[in-house]
Amino acid sequence: MNVRKILPIVLLAACLIVTACGGGNQPSSGGGGGGSDSNGPSTQSTESGGGSSSGAGKKIVLGFSQVGAESGWRTANTESIKEAAAAAGIELKFSDAQQKQENQIKAIRSFIQQKVDVIAFSPVVESGWETVLREAKEAGIPVILTDRAIDSDDESLYVTFIGSDFVEEGRRAGRWLLEQFKDATEPVNIVELQGTTGSAPAIDRKAGFEEVIRENPNLRIIASQTGDFTRAKGKEVMQSFLQAHKDIDVLYAHNDDMGLGAIQAIEAAGLVPGKDIIIITVDAIRDGMQAAAEGKINFIVECNPLLGPQLMEAVIAVVEGREVPKRIVTEEGAFTSEEAKAALPYRKY
Amino acid sequence: MSENRPILKMTGIHKRFPGVHALNGVDFRMFAGEVHALMGENGAGKSTLIKVLTGVYPIDGGEVEWEGRPFHPRSPLEAQQAGISTVYQEIHLCPNLSVAENIFIGREPRKFGRISWRAMNRAAEALLAERLNVKLDVTRPLGSFSIAVQQLVAIARALNISARLLILDEPTSSLDRDEVNRLFAIMRHLKRQGLAILFVTHFLDQVYEVSDRITILRNGRFIGEYPTRELPRVELVQKMIGKDLDLLGSLPKRTPPSAGGERPFLQAAGLGRKGGVEPFDLAIGSGEIVGLAGLLGSGRTETARLLFGADRADQGKCFVEGREAKLDSPRKAIDRGIAFCSENRKAEGIIEDLTVRENIILALQAHRGWFRALSRRRQEEIADEYIRALDIRPADPEQLIRNLSGGNQQKVILARWLLMNPRLLILDEPTRGIDVGAKAEIQRLVLSLSEKGMAVLFISSELEEVIRVSSRVAVLRDRRHVRHLAGVEIRQSAIMQAIAGG
Amino acid sequence: MPFRWRNSHLFWPLAALGGLLLINLLLKPEFFAIRYQNGHLYGSLIDILNFGSPLAIVAVGMTLVIATRGIDLSVGSLVAISGAMACLTISRGADQQSLHLVLGAVLLALAVSVALGLWNGLLVAGAGIQPIIATLILMVAGRGIAQLITSGQIITVTSKPYHFIGAGWLFTLPFSVYLAALVFLFAAWMTRRTSLGMFIEAIGCNPAASRLAGIRSRSILLAVYMFCALCAGIAGLITSSNVSSADGNNAGLWIELDAILAVVIGGTSLAGGRFSLAGTLVGALLIQTLTTTIYMLGVPPEITLVVKAFVVLAVCLIQSPSFRRAIAARGVPRKPVASRQEVSRHG
Repeated sequence: MNVRKILPIVLLAACLIVTACGGGNQPSSGGGGGGSDSNGPSTQSTESGGGSSSGAGKKIVLGFSQVGAESGWRTANTESIKEAAAAAGIELKFSDAQQKQENQIKAIRSFIQQKVDVIAFSPVVESGWETVLREAKEAGIPVILTDRAIDSDDESLYVTFIGSDFVEEGRRAGRWLLEQFKDATEPVNIVELQGTTGSAPAIDRKAGFEEVIRENPNLRIIASQTGDFTRAKGKEVMQSFLQAHKDIDVLYAHNDDMGLGAIQAIEAAGLVPGKDIIIITVDAIRDGMQAAAEGKINFIVECNPLLGPQLMEAVIAVVEGREVPKRIVTEEGAFTSEEAKAALPYRKY
Repeated sequence: MSENRPILKMTGIHKRFPGVHALNGVDFRMFAGEVHALMGENGAGKSTLIKVLTGVYPIDGGEVEWEGRPFHPRSPLEAQQAGISTVYQEIHLCPNLSVAENIFIGREPRKFGRISWRAMNRAAEALLAERLNVKLDVTRPLGSFSIAVQQLVAIARALNISARLLILDEPTSSLDRDEVNRLFAIMRHLKRQGLAILFVTHFLDQVYEVSDRITILRNGRFIGEYPTRELPRVELVQKMIGKDLDLLGSLPKRTPPSAGGERPFLQAAGLGRKGGVEPFDLAIGSGEIVGLAGLLGSGRTETARLLFGADRADQGKCFVEGREAKLDSPRKAIDRGIAFCSENRKAEGIIEDLTVRENIILALQAHRGWFRALSRRRQEEIADEYIRALDIRPADPEQLIRNLSGGNQQKVILARWLLMNPRLLILDEPTRGIDVGAKAEIQRLVLSLSEKGMAVLFISSELEEVIRVSSRVAVLRDRRHVRHLAGVEIRQSAIMQAIAGG
Repeated sequence: MPFRWRNSHLFWPLAALGGLLLINLLLKPEFFAIRYQNGHLYGSLIDILNFGSPLAIVAVGMTLVIATRGIDLSVGSLVAISGAMACLTISRGADQQSLHLVLGAVLLALAVSVALGLWNGLLVAGAGIQPIIATLILMVAGRGIAQLITSGQIITVTSKPYHFIGAGWLFTLPFSVYLAALVFLFAAWMTRRTSLGMFIEAIGCNPAASRLAGIRSRSILLAVYMFCALCAGIAGLITSSNVSSADGNNAGLWIELDAILAVVIGGTSLAGGRFSLAGTLVGALLIQTLTTTIYMLGVPPEITLVVKAFVVLAVCLIQSPSFRRAIAARGVPRKPVASRQEVSRHG
């Protein structure tokens, strides 16, 4: 094997990957936000035109490192943060990590160098944050986690964690179901499409759901399988469920995408989703809300990406030195079909 | 050097493989401080002897005495620990590691369990300077040095293990003249330090330049051991090939076909390739059989490969039927009507996974392209025809070719090219490793083809065979075409003189 | 010579498939139930054909690449790119139901796939890079390209004609099954009716000898990599059309590994040379049957991968002649297992 022959190619590949994914990991300071295309690596600094920052004489600077733009949920999340920052008169330094932890660490280091007032980020992965967060702590910059938690024993590394409570989402789904079948005398057969095996939302949404439906012994989960959070897998697994079990009453899917795939499988089997099989999903993305409005999904638990306003509140509180709770749960709703129909025109994502 | 006690003494060594008696009562000895050349044609038993000595194979019979004690190494490692080191033809080193790392790989100097790089680099430098008399930047990756230097590093690695016998197997085959001189200087340097060096090479000039003593093997038998100075070259070649000059009269010679004013089918003018064969002139006429004679590695195969476009010539020109032809790929040569049966049947001839039928039609089908496929029936007709004509056995066109004997595989390859109806057929060792009957058949076939007007370039290690079929013979030595013989000149004695050279 | 069915290269893959079906028969008889409903057949076996067809198509292309002693790791990314290309085009179109639009989108997606296959082929045959490295480039970069096309989102389309490709029915069977059959028959025809198959085997078995026999290995390698990419493109259309959406992140994820597995289970050696398209088809069906079986039997998701791995290990072991010999040697002395090299021909 000729190593020297291959080496340049590997380097070339590395370059390709870097150009495709990298680019603007370093948050640029100054400059009115923008200039970057929707697809381009985005690092921008948004300054609100008007509105003075509350409290402090000078403007608060917030450094935010986003996971990436991997889903519609994430995009809505990003938009919410940008809008809320502008509305609160906070200068936002935004950096997109393209789903890579090293990019995120670089961005946080750069925020520290720029001496921002507060750092906030949605961690790409759970572990490996101690070092960089300790650097922030030593620099005296408070850190806020959004959407996802980190796996660290040292709680002093961050001020607060703002995000959804996945267990609570599961409980809500369960409670609605419990209510629907409170008079049921016969067994109710439930199939469950789990998220990616081992992921926090999959574990928690399953746990919360099971915790609640235990109250009614008629509610039974007869099959539970992972659908990897994707439509294709959701459809494939649901199709096998339909073959293996003749009497499915309820489908509980850990996200909308799997539910949407499953709906296609149910329709292909000649059944009517929402009627022959009651469907509950979590997330409330646009496609999901659409299906709910059409009556194909009976109940959607929202996993709210619009945590911008709550984040900005927490940022201001931290800067002003007020006490902030260690855990802030996102304000989330839930929609029945009718509610979804009503809410659909006003949805931001 | 004194004729006191040899450090190595092998007596009556026997080694058998299934169907082959590779070593048949071979004696061999070596003294400290000498360069000893081990000579013999292919299959003489040189490499088996080396492998027996270094513990790769156990011996079936005989005695080995190393430094006065019986010696039976069970692995190369054991032989190495006893002081016998080998540097093989292909360099078994890692080009991406540094020179020092290559020398010490697997036995790095350690300090508190960690490799001490400084100590290692210093030791490598000292080793190269003291024993080989060369200075290198030992921290550079090995791959950044020339093959010659890499060879030196391989020697250094072998020497490091307090070696008393160093075996160099074909060390010069990929070196140019200056590099060879440098290697020889180092060999002499090591010799003076008391090392015994066993030198295997195909280059006669080099044997006479550097060795003190020669042992000759032939067909697994010990032929003799001679001081180099007392053994004339011609005698050496005779002993290697196994013919006594006195017995070689001139065999009845087929008169060359009316090679008058007709221009040759193929003509090479100053054709050559660096590292392959030095520029040569050669002409082959239609209906003529030109033999190439020479020892293994003398440039015979390289000549054939240049004419077939298997290797690209870097100098000279080639003319086909008077017009210049750029033969830089086999396809182009095939398009010009040239066919080539490689000496390396397994690696370059047969396609093991395919059937006899598919192997036969392969070249013709490749010439036609994918879409103009021969119909299955036509393929079977062709296969049957050639199986019958060449008496290929078993006569089953659907048999996988890997299940055939060597001779029958050779016939299949021949069939592949005869099917192309070539104007020039290049046969490189077409009879090697096949039985006597098949040999005669192939020789007869070659003669009859040339009578029908085909030009043939016939390469063989067996002089008799070359003499029997050729109307002209080109003799090669050390990658040079040294002599052309025609008609009555083609005698074994003359060819041997030319092979042996100055 | 009488046909000895145990010597057929298809024997062991078929035996494994049979064994898997037998397990289903014992544990879950409804696995075999096939109903006739709304004008088409409906049942687990049909699902296997339907969901297995993208894998089968990719594996057919992979078989030819592997037969040339190569490998194509980029097929998963090509699946994503092809689906994303088609869905993007359709979602930008004025009328999603327009047959013209869908046809154009499909052709565009396939053209992009073939062009990327050409890129792979040029790296392998032109630049002489090892196939595993050459295709690794597109495997990594291709995922990025797919995400770029979809802007990292899931593109949903409502086009009925497009939905037909992966989820439509024709003469009681899913349309994708016909596509898989078409690809298979085309590949079989190309390799057995023309001499392409022989050349591929020659190049894979002995490149040096093939060159000396005058085979144009470069153009054959180009063709093979392009065909493999085309297969991946078709599979991408089926996958994305099946759920009427393109997911640049997840579509075709790890399908290259399943395809390689299908090829190996089917009896084609990774060392190149002799290949068997029929064996690959059996291998692909085996893998999909295994997946469906796991769903049907309700194996907990935490251990599905382990179960899969064990079944695959078992299949590979019984395929190995030396393993079978070792097992046979431990029992009563038997006549030696006939070598698979005696197999004369396959289709």
